[in-house]
Amino acid sequence: MNWGRKIAQGAMAAALAAPMMAGLGTAASAETTLRVVMHSDLKIVDPIWTTAYMSRNYGYMVYDTLFAMDENTNIHPQMVDSYTVSDDKKTYTFTLRDGLAWHDGAPVTSEDCIASIKRWAKKDGMGQKLMEFVKEMKAVDAKTFQMVLNEPYGLVTTSLAKPSSNVPFMMPKRVADTSADEQITDYTGSGPFIFKADEWRPGDVAVFAKNTAYVPRKEPASWGSGGKVVNVDRVEWISIKDHQTAVNALIEGEVDYLESPPTDLLPLMEGAEGVTAKILNPLGNQFMFRLNHLHPPFDNVKIRRAALAAIDQIGFLQAVIGNPDYYKECPAMFVCGTSLATDKGAEIIMKSDIPLAKKLLAEAGYDGTPVVVMQSTDVDVLNNLGPVAADKLKRAGFNVDLQAMDWQTLVSRRSKKEKPADGGWNVFMTSWTAADILNPIMAAGFRANCGDAWFGWPCDAEMEKLRDRFARETNPDEQKLIAVDIQVRALEIATHANAGQWYGPSAWRSDRVSDVIGGPMPIFWNLSKK
Amino acid sequence: MFGFIVNRLIATIPVLGMVAIFVFLMLRLTPGDPAAVLAGDNGTPQQIAEIREALGLNEPIPVQLGIWFSNLLQGDFGQSYFFKKDVTELILLRVGPTVALATTTLIITIIVAIPLGIIAAYLHGTWIDRGVMAFSVAGFSIPVFVLGYILVYLFALEIKLFPVQGYKPLADGFWPFIHHLVLPSITLSVIYIALIARITRASVLEILNEDYIRTAYAKGLKPTKVLMKHALRNAAVPIVTVIGIGIALLIGGVVVTESVFNIPGLGRLTVDAVLGRDYPTIQAVIIVFSFVYVLINLLIDLSYSLLDPRIRY
Amino acid sequence: MTESTHNLVDSAASADASARKATLWQQLLRNPSVLIGASILALMVMMSLLAPVLGTMDPSEINPAWRNKHPGFEHLKTFADGSEAQWSYRLGTDTLGRDTYSRVIYGAQVSLAVGLIVAVLSIAIGLTIGLVSGYIRWLDAIVMRVMDGLMAIPGILLAIALVSLSSAGLGTVILAITIPEIPRVVRLVRAIVLSIREEPYVEAAISVGTSLPLILIRHVLPNTIAPLIVQGTYICASAILVEAILSFLGVGIPPEIPTWGNIMAEGRVLFRLFPHNILYPGIFLAITVLAVNMLGDGLRDTLDPRMRERI
Repeated sequence: MNWGRKIAQGAMAAALAAPMMAGLGTAASAETTLRVVMHSDLKIVDPIWTTAYMSRNYGYMVYDTLFAMDENTNIHPQMVDSYTVSDDKKTYTFTLRDGLAWHDGAPVTSEDCIASIKRWAKKDGMGQKLMEFVKEMKAVDAKTFQMVLNEPYGLVTTSLAKPSSNVPFMMPKRVADTSADEQITDYTGSGPFIFKADEWRPGDVAVFAKNTAYVPRKEPASWGSGGKVVNVDRVEWISIKDHQTAVNALIEGEVDYLESPPTDLLPLMEGAEGVTAKILNPLGNQFMFRLNHLHPPFDNVKIRRAALAAIDQIGFLQAVIGNPDYYKECPAMFVCGTSLATDKGAEIIMKSDIPLAKKLLAEAGYDGTPVVVMQSTDVDVLNNLGPVAADKLKRAGFNVDLQAMDWQTLVSRRSKKEKPADGGWNVFMTSWTAADILNPIMAAGFRANCGDAWFGWPCDAEMEKLRDRFARETNPDEQKLIAVDIQVRALEIATHANAGQWYGPSAWRSDRVSDVIGGPMPIFWNLSKK
Repeated sequence: MFGFIVNRLIATIPVLGMVAIFVFLMLRLTPGDPAAVLAGDNGTPQQIAEIREALGLNEPIPVQLGIWFSNLLQGDFGQSYFFKKDVTELILLRVGPTVALATTTLIITIIVAIPLGIIAAYLHGTWIDRGVMAFSVAGFSIPVFVLGYILVYLFALEIKLFPVQGYKPLADGFWPFIHHLVLPSITLSVIYIALIARITRASVLEILNEDYIRTAYAKGLKPTKVLMKHALRNAAVPIVTVIGIGIALLIGGVVVTESVFNIPGLGRLTVDAVLGRDYPTIQAVIIVFSFVYVLINLLIDLSYSLLDPRIRY
Repeated sequence: MTESTHNLVDSAASADASARKATLWQQLLRNPSVLIGASILALMVMMSLLAPVLGTMDPSEINPAWRNKHPGFEHLKTFADGSEAQWSYRLGTDTLGRDTYSRVIYGAQVSLAVGLIVAVLSIAIGLTIGLVSGYIRWLDAIVMRVMDGLMAIPGILLAIALVSLSSAGLGTVILAITIPEIPRVVRLVRAIVLSIREEPYVEAAISVGTSLPLILIRHVLPNTIAPLIVQGTYICASAILVEAILSFLGVGIPPEIPTWGNIMAEGRVLFRLFPHNILYPGIFLAITVLAVNMLGDGLRDTLDPRMRERI
């Protein structure tokens, strides 16, 4: 009887709704929800507080940026309408475009932007560098603000258009005034989507609704720049830990989009109807082979060079990616296909030269000090790197101690400066989104300011001088020449090695989802769903 | 009876206290740094140091324990390092799927295992009995995740009878709810069926040899009636005991099954929290699981007096 | 007087024991469960010990060029000594191009060792704690509260937390599987101790002034052997499974050392394309656990008929 009444109610509701729907016409067609499986869970909803890629992806949904990079790595204004640079190149004046509003309806003001830049610059390396040059930032009026520099700096708009972690996202002043060491709890942004905090079930699903008040730019969308036109009503990020389960769910149509299925699983999808897999991030990613400069044996530059001679890119790429369509041997540390790409000085990492490695080891008098190689076992795209590195190093005569751990343990342990025997390390490998390493200021691996450098702590005055010159240089051609020197120097002193470039495809239901565009981050504007 | 319950409840306090201290010390004395995890993939050493300070992880361990314990006594599990949400809230969000999975598993188990055990006992020594016993040993020997994958392969991918993964709350309708739970529940119940079928068979077998059963037969009662009325009722106590013991087994199975079938329950919350070094969440989840375990065993002790009138508290 | 009564009490117990021993072997050999279980297990042990001569190669040798090949794949392989020969990957390869056949055969060593060591360790520790706490009454209360607490934590969660929070290694994994098993052994031993404490011959021994350790060793220990052997086989079976589950969840033994669990864990992402990496170790694992369980059932039926009633 209860059931009967329910059905009757349903029928009534449908009967009442039908004429209303018809009246509204096509505009009121059923709500479209894009169901997405991202590479990991959304954990931290503060893209300034952490560098985690998922938090960056979240940022691109909810926030907007002053400037943005397009697919040719050119910089365009995004929230900024226009900007001027004074003749002495020391004063930048930015004017915000019309129609910018926070999700709560308040307009975006100069004060908001200044506070946001400040908070970002506390955390981000490139922001910290920028602040060394900034004398002051001041609001001229509600929509215009100025950045005054001590001396000319070549990377002002490049910094504000930084495409990957940490991205200088704009937040309301009340939010941006939160200490940079504290996570924000107010999710108000001005971006194309609104985060539905009340529907967020951590570890299960994160929900974004279309921001109907968002005014997109007129230009076509390209990476983070151009018009962010949203054509779906909701985007749900569903957490599926197991890649195979995620692929199955896509094939069965239970989800619409996978951010990064492993390339090994592509054959499954090739056979499936209505499923497309494509490389959306044209610059791809780069593996990094990182050495710890603090402890023997890698406190000796010859032995570091021996390690670089022992490894090659193809070994890593074959073992992890497998399918040559999705990887490329690339000598350029600033990523192949970009303006700073060069192959100078990279011979040593392009082929595994065991005799050379043995010779260098003999010259340096390597005494068999064990080399602790950390292997991360739970991130598929990193899992096989450790064993391959260990294998090559062994062949060259290193005494290798391969230690497996989960990624979280690895990131805890890599920050330890202790001796390898006391919980430290000698070698680890990781992967960078190309957009994070496009120049030597952005790319953390090149810092060589000893104890304050990125994990591995290279110490080299020459390198620091080159980096500083790069930052001050405003002429792109000169910048390029300095970048070449930096690459040569980096491999000479072996800060790290670029261990191969790879491209992760995304996959989606092409029978339902169209106009997907790519970038160094997943983009959910522009696309539409049937 | 009431006094007994109160006494038992009081007796759980030291047990849970033990659990709490044990878990706390385990987390603090093993390596692993939540700050490094929180700082993200490219976090710098400076960022990590700042976060560690902000989380209070630089305090001496006894001080940390004291703060946590006094909050705990006020029913406050603290905030998750990651989500900046109260752990209590996180747990409440995840209870539903786990309870649903455990309940359907228990139902399937009881519907299948007890009749199976009774039949095997009644037909003692026949090939049916041997079949049941063989199944119960085999069921114990297949790892849960292997079974899960095989079932997904057969029933979700090959004949597309059930969804591959996921969970739908009961609010979305009864059919989608059950539809998503069938495969995970079957996966999880196999090991449980094996256990309960065995114990049912053993208990019923033992009772079938008792004098009063022979008397019942001699009186001319039908075999089914003898089985149902006398044998099963008396076999109930050991069966229920084993169901209680099996709760621990079930909790372990839930962790694995939830990750195979992508069910957003407490099991996955635990694994994620452990891998992410989210100390407040790990502590809370383990305490909650322990409490459930203790509580269920208390309920089982109480149910003895219902099942067996000779037992009184 | 003490000396002679001692002997009297002892010989009464041991005569009984030796009489049982004589028929025990016959009983065991007559039990099909024991026979089948023990033979399969013996085969597995032999296989694991003879791994190097069973046509295997180095199970950790990686070869990215030959990754993800189906069973039966062959290619010309150069060996360490420089010789070349056609090599057949009987059970295919994994994502690093390692030989699955060799990994499965060598994996038996670790899986069996984990099972055995966990069983022996947890029984040794549990027996000690159980014997002592069963006899020293003031200690008993404390120990049992600790054991209650340990038992209340789901074993698998405890193991996951222990392994993933400390460094992953064979030792850690064994320890993490052992700790949750201990309380069960302690309870079993304590129950036996409590029941035996009241037996006339033990009371007799106490009355004639036999020292406590001697009573424990002479009278209590022998009575725990049979149930503990049975319990040990179950612990062994469960340890092999738990090791596999830990590996599956990514907190197990490092993949450098092949175990059935981590071969499956590494193969699970590609289960649909290359099921061999789950299937073969899975079959070996299931058969081994089955054999141990059968052995356990058989032992229980012959050694300890009373226990059959309890489980």
